[in-house]
Amino acid sequence: MTVIYEKTRGLQNTPLHYCPGCGHGIVHKLIGESLDELGLLDTAVGICPVGCAVFAGSYFSCDCIEAAHGRAPAVATGVKRTHPDQCVFTYQGDGDLASIGTAEIVHAAMRGEKFTTIFINNAIYGMTGGQMAPTTLVGQKATTAPDGRDPATAGWPIRMAEMLSTLEGLVYAHRVCVVDIPHLNEAKKAIKRAFQLQMAGAGFTFVEVLSPCPTNWGMEPLEANRWLMEHMAAYYPLGVIKDMGGEPG
Amino acid sequence: MAIHLFFDRDLCKGCQLCVSLCPRHILALDSAPNAKGYRPVCCTDESACVGCASCARICPDSVITITKD
Repeated sequence: MTVIYEKTRGLQNTPLHYCPGCGHGIVHKLIGESLDELGLLDTAVGICPVGCAVFAGSYFSCDCIEAAHGRAPAVATGVKRTHPDQCVFTYQGDGDLASIGTAEIVHAAMRGEKFTTIFINNAIYGMTGGQMAPTTLVGQKATTAPDGRDPATAGWPIRMAEMLSTLEGLVYAHRVCVVDIPHLNEAKKAIKRAFQLQMAGAGFTFVEVLSPCPTNWGMEPLEANRWLMEHMAAYYPLGVIKDMGGEPG
Repeated sequence: MAIHLFFDRDLCKGCQLCVSLCPRHILALDSAPNAKGYRPVCCTDESACVGCASCARICPDSVITITKD
């Protein structure tokens, strides 16, 4: 008997608490698979956020630390500087990274800290019940924007990957999504490259994943994926935003 | 060569991402709910499976294991 596919050993055998069709579980798997395939799993350290992924430390097989809201990049800075030979990554949502934690992520990128950030952008606050996030699209409805986001009062959504790419310390930024197998393959490639560049000491690496939140978008999972491609990918273009890494060696 | 699909029924949340990606259209939701109350995915014709693993790879909850013998 040959195994064609089984759950990665990069994840523990804990049932995930995420809603049906949520992108978090898929990205967790890609991170677990990438760490395992690169031989980094046994020494990697993950820094977990506040938000829907607050329990990520119970899911990844590697060691994890839970950071205060938005402060994962500050914790990762300390861990990476004291353990420069180990793979260190933060896993953060948009409420965590693009709102309360904006200062930490900008300054970690500015300093060129040699860890990887996996940024889950679902354009809404998930865990707290669907409030407007900094990444919510113009016109997109949220509990705190019942008529849709109005730029006159709420401004425009932040393109984090592009914003951080203006900083010299960031060497790699790639925006991906996980709605189907070709996009999932691209996402895994991006995560692996980010980890490889980190281990080569290239600088700060950033992978933004556009991820569906069917529950708070008020959609069925398949409808949410279609909406993501039609609306989110139109505002947040997929692809490599910046790659100064060269060959990771 | 026979391909076998194993479903961890009680992990499934019935999101149907796997159903939508199956090129052979042999995945469907079971009529009986699982322990969580979701109708979990099942295979309607295992002999037609080509082992592409699209279903297993997209599954957010790692419900599906695929083997061949």
